[in-house]
Amino acid sequence: MSAPALLELADDELILGWRDSEWTGIAPSLEEDVAFSSIAQNEIGHARALYELAARELGTTADELAFDRDPSEYRSAPLVEQRRLEWAHTIARHYLYETADEIRLAALKQADDADVAGLAAKMDREEQYHRLHARMWNERLRDEPRYQEALRELWPLALGVLAPEQRAELAGRVGFEPVDAVERDRQSEELRELWEEMTMVRRSVPGATW
Amino acid sequence: MVTAAQVWDALAEIPDPEIPVVSLVDLGVIRDVEVEDENVRIEFTPTFLGCPALEVMRDAMEASVRALGALPHVQVVLDDSWSTDKITAAGRDKLREAGFAPPTPRAATNLLQLNGAIFRCPYCGSTDTRLENLFGPTPCRSLRYCTSCRQPFEQFKTI
Repeated sequence: MSAPALLELADDELILGWRDSEWTGIAPSLEEDVAFSSIAQNEIGHARALYELAARELGTTADELAFDRDPSEYRSAPLVEQRRLEWAHTIARHYLYETADEIRLAALKQADDADVAGLAAKMDREEQYHRLHARMWNERLRDEPRYQEALRELWPLALGVLAPEQRAELAGRVGFEPVDAVERDRQSEELRELWEEMTMVRRSVPGATW
Repeated sequence: MVTAAQVWDALAEIPDPEIPVVSLVDLGVIRDVEVEDENVRIEFTPTFLGCPALEVMRDAMEASVRALGALPHVQVVLDDSWSTDKITAAGRDKLREAGFAPPTPRAATNLLQLNGAIFRCPYCGSTDTRLENLFGPTPCRSLRYCTSCRQPFEQFKTI
């Protein structure tokens, strides 16, 4: 698997992990505080493993890929970049992302590259718990107008997580009609703000590790 | 010269940094040990990818190989060869004694049955337990509550 494709996936998991961690300490209940913090930790762990695979191919390190690139070089999907400290949108994103990620991981588990297939299988084991959590919340909120509105608003962004040939399957699973996707080439202002925060230590002390 | 058996014995003395009642060998994260002259190669699989204990484990393995007078080469294998089924029988007993319910076998666990009666309280043995939170203080744990002895407990997640 090529490094640019690995970076798309790694950037998604890193940025989403960062966004999920923004609930630490302030989620609507203690259970959700723990849940989103734990999910964030898993996603960032996945990002690290994916960056390590990409780094091997590119002759660099995971930290350099995660923190030393220019914001314009990140390949994350706009869905994960949004700062959404609002519960209906957070759960809508969580549900849409985990549903899309399941489709993406199923394809990667079949990859010819044994390192990629093995890592995808390991990630998928952990993601089962994220999916269970996302589905539980989707069931709980599905009749709430605010939640339905959030799903509709984020739907074009969710399609942009997947390759074009995988989008029809996502539409089938979520029960929405395919629309024009918001693609990865669109840089969001929110990513730039997050980058400022996320790379502050490495920019202050180049090569810093912690 | 050091032997593979000596290395395995030394690794069996290294506690898991977050659940110190079990060793790395109990956890089943050591996939292979090979010794060639003074070089010791250890294949090691992480439990959860985001587990911060990984670096601590790697450092501890390297230190213990050096203490045997050999050169450590720890290779981290990021495939899915580890699952909670690799935790040894001794490891499962130690978890239970420390108040952690060991993971259920993968084959027996339908994730949709998380509220079912296959989860046993490590304190009183009752299966009358309920899920409190799928997520816990570390990636590998869920929180459950025993309705029989009214004791909250931590359940090792099955992966």
